[in-house]
Amino acid sequence: MTRTGIYRSRSGTPDSKTSAGNDGGGGGGGTTVMRVIVPLQGVVQGRGGLVLGSVIPCAFFYFLQFYLKRNRRDEPVSESDPANQNSGSYPENSDSSSPTQSELNGLSRSLSRVIISPRNSGAHVSVSGRANSILKGGDSPYHVGLKRVEEDPYDELGNPDGIIELGLAQNKLSSDWVSVQNSIGLSLSVIASYEPSDGLMELKMVVAKLMSEATKNVVSFDPSQLVLTSGAASAIEILSFCLADPGNAFLVPTPCSPGFDLDVKWRNGVEIIHVPCRSSDNFNISVTALDRTFSQAKKRGVRIRGIIISNPSNPMGSLLSRENLYALLDFAREKNIHIISNEIFACSIHGDEEAEFVSIAEIADTEENLDKERVHIVYDLSKDLSFPGLRAGAIYSFNENVLAASRKLTTLSPLSSPSQHLLMSAISKPEFIQTYVKTNRQRLQRIYSEFVKGLKGLGIECTRSNGGLFCWADMRGLISSYSEKGEIELWNKFLNIGKINVTPGSCCHCIEPGWFRFCFSNLSENDVLVVMNRIRKVCITCKSQN
Amino acid sequence: MRLIVPLRGVIQGRGGLFVGSLIPCCLFYFLQLYLKRRRPPPSDPTELPRTSSRTNLFSRGNSIGRVRVSSRAVPVAKPSDSPYYIGLERVKTDPYDRIKNTDGIIQLGLAESTLCFDLLQRWMSENLMESMMQSDDGEFNISSIAMYKPFEGLLELRVAFADFMSRIMGGNVSFDPSNMVITAGGTPAIEVLAFCLADHGNAFLIPTPYYPGFDRDIKFRTGVELIPVHCRSSDNFTVTVSALEQALNQARKRGSKVSGILFSNPSNPVGNILPRETLQDILRFAQEKNIHVISDEIFAGSVYGDKEFVSMAEIAGLGEVDKSRVHIIYGLSKDLSIPGFRAGVIYSFHEDVVNAAKKLMRFSSVPVPVQRILISLLSDVRFIEEYMTAHRQRIRDKHIRFVEGLKQLGIPCAESGGGLYCWVDMSSLLTSYSEKGELDLFEKLLTVAKINATPGTACYCIEPGWFRCCFTALADEDIPVIMERIRQLRESSRS
Repeated sequence: MTRTGIYRSRSGTPDSKTSAGNDGGGGGGGTTVMRVIVPLQGVVQGRGGLVLGSVIPCAFFYFLQFYLKRNRRDEPVSESDPANQNSGSYPENSDSSSPTQSELNGLSRSLSRVIISPRNSGAHVSVSGRANSILKGGDSPYHVGLKRVEEDPYDELGNPDGIIELGLAQNKLSSDWVSVQNSIGLSLSVIASYEPSDGLMELKMVVAKLMSEATKNVVSFDPSQLVLTSGAASAIEILSFCLADPGNAFLVPTPCSPGFDLDVKWRNGVEIIHVPCRSSDNFNISVTALDRTFSQAKKRGVRIRGIIISNPSNPMGSLLSRENLYALLDFAREKNIHIISNEIFACSIHGDEEAEFVSIAEIADTEENLDKERVHIVYDLSKDLSFPGLRAGAIYSFNENVLAASRKLTTLSPLSSPSQHLLMSAISKPEFIQTYVKTNRQRLQRIYSEFVKGLKGLGIECTRSNGGLFCWADMRGLISSYSEKGEIELWNKFLNIGKINVTPGSCCHCIEPGWFRFCFSNLSENDVLVVMNRIRKVCITCKSQN
Repeated sequence: MRLIVPLRGVIQGRGGLFVGSLIPCCLFYFLQLYLKRRRPPPSDPTELPRTSSRTNLFSRGNSIGRVRVSSRAVPVAKPSDSPYYIGLERVKTDPYDRIKNTDGIIQLGLAESTLCFDLLQRWMSENLMESMMQSDDGEFNISSIAMYKPFEGLLELRVAFADFMSRIMGGNVSFDPSNMVITAGGTPAIEVLAFCLADHGNAFLIPTPYYPGFDRDIKFRTGVELIPVHCRSSDNFTVTVSALEQALNQARKRGSKVSGILFSNPSNPVGNILPRETLQDILRFAQEKNIHVISDEIFAGSVYGDKEFVSMAEIAGLGEVDKSRVHIIYGLSKDLSIPGFRAGVIYSFHEDVVNAAKKLMRFSSVPVPVQRILISLLSDVRFIEEYMTAHRQRIRDKHIRFVEGLKQLGIPCAESGGGLYCWVDMSSLLTSYSEKGELDLFEKLLTVAKINATPGTACYCIEPGWFRCCFTALADEDIPVIMERIRQLRESSRS
């Protein structure tokens, strides 16, 4: 009741107290309410003249700006306080509290607020705006699918009807090395105390060796240029923090890894501008397209700070040739931007003997120092060693500033000492790395050819893939409508009818609908048959509907 | 003429309506635009033409200029100028060793404890490998540790953590594992919380002296400001609500938005324990201002005095105020002396914060093998009981020894009841009672006496002459060495 009374009095009589906000406009003009409400009318009719004509638009514009700015910065949590205060139901408290608090002026005001607070307790304290955007994010089919698998995972014996995971790039083929290494020497004094958060030198040396092994020892990596982080995700996050300011952007050729968005944007506020590649070019990166996107962005006033590429590419699994890499580096030099090369699958090559992985470090080595500084490599030990639970990633950079900043930032996403020592004791044996890389390659090769053969038998073609844990399948023939909607429909069928979780191209920002990523390294050979049967089932339902 | 002095037309009545309303608007708009463009990195406008001229250089075949890193990475990359980090770096170059390097620098700057390594050593040698390789059903299964697991930590680990925390906090409070996110150490926990609770440019109130690492943890990436709330030795450095109120009002006057209060309890570097009433006052204050409360309780299990430690979770649980504003940071680095494991926890009553933090754990989760070790370590109740008793007892003994040594030199310490350090009043050694005098003394301690202690300036203490000395990594026979070095320093400066 009291509240409506107040409102009525507010709108009814425009006395000095309630119309304080309008003073700037109404004060100079007249007494009529009309003029305050439609201020420009006075101007139009020539009665207001100079003062109203110039002050009011300015004032309005100012308030608009002010309003927009306030709204953007923070949700107005406390804005509603004054309104609520009027309808307070604790008058007796405010009276009784006044004698007890005569010490400080500031205090008395604060205490009067306390009295209101029990009523306010319904109003939650807000989290930051950027936390809200994170809460909303991450609901793409990629994440939905992973969640579904978590709820109902396939097990050959325990749950033969569960969902088979083909969406997560993890390698189960070669993870037996850990159990082979029974003699892992972990002793407490070394694992418990503080150690440099950017990784032990001994481990860095081993990692450098592993990375060299991936390039067949063509390149030798310098351990002092390595910074170890907890997983490749934080490696990319740290790099994009160091290379770009908020509002700057990276060029990313698509289709790309579904995780980039999170790593680059979430906490850093850096944008990603996609550069679409097409099936007609076999999804190769074209420098002309990069150049065009670069100039378009520049026109819009967006500053591009670099390119992020994956080699072997995720999701296609193709390898970049030397010519490709030279062209990219030339482009980066011409525009004076950075290159982040994501080589997390460098050891997971499964193509035939001609398929050769070329690290961008090899190209950078042939360049002058100034040019090297723009090259940064992200590496993931846990992916290549089939041990993603270990969360061990690395940054390799030729840029001293980036290295210095990254080293400090690793305290915020450190690699724990037990993981470091576990890794070290396992892979420091020189023969281990060689055998591991070889065995892993053979196993991936076998399962890959089997999987692709199976798909071919169902009439599904894949692009040529030489690396990575996945293949990129063309299912355009199966989608009901050639659109993203059709693709998601098919994905739903895979999940619900076929009970397999795959990654639709739209999650990888592929502009052509109908492409899917299948991660086959989760599977045993028996599983491949099961998966093929399930895909066949989906194919049949699709065809019958068409 | 009309264009150049547009308002003249208006004044003289010739321009009228159109010019009179449009021009101020336009001018104002351009002013705003100009200001907005100017604000971000000031070098921006000049940047573009320079790049294109570089491209020209390149086409002529010359090598081009360096590629730049982001402007926010530059301050991060610079060597730190805080005495805290300078001291830590110096110790690395010349560390003291009882036998091999008796002239080296003694580390009193790093809060780590070696007091109970014998107990941990025993447990690890018995259980380490089994605990890591064991899965839920007791059989070894590689995928239980190798494959991707939820980033926020395995449920078993969160349950074990909740039990452990409630145990060391005296059993007065119970923790709900679903409010918990496991992080890779206390440092990421603080950063993630700061990120979730405040936007870029917002601020936290923080009572001084505070832990010097907060500057890095919070300011590096989140862009959140820290507003010091000065506490004095006359209150034994305990924060008061009136000081908080004053700092908040000043901050609001300056136009910065305060999103929360951050403090450590037991406090770091002083080591005092906040009494129940103060905690209640702080929470009430936060409620009234509608801001968050972050309580860093990473030393909760390292309490050795007579005072009882009260967790903010207990106060929040009383139901007097809206508890969704209360967030707690905990970790095992100090209380279990396993900093290398990088195991921390965010405990929050705010559902959105928990969910956002879970997603952000993509960047700093605890490796699954480490989680397995921690599960069996924390669930071994008998060991934990034995360990915690020994841990407290041994800190108490070491504390008495260290403080007694200082007392004999006439150097007093602030009253403290928790933590791995004490807060030493060295003002009698200062040449001048000022920040400069303190830094001089820090330098002398480091180079002449060869002791690295953290000076109060690094902790933003407003009274000069205070130093934080961490004593838990010392052996008993090290303490006389330190006291002798301090004594010699004093004599040499007197003569």
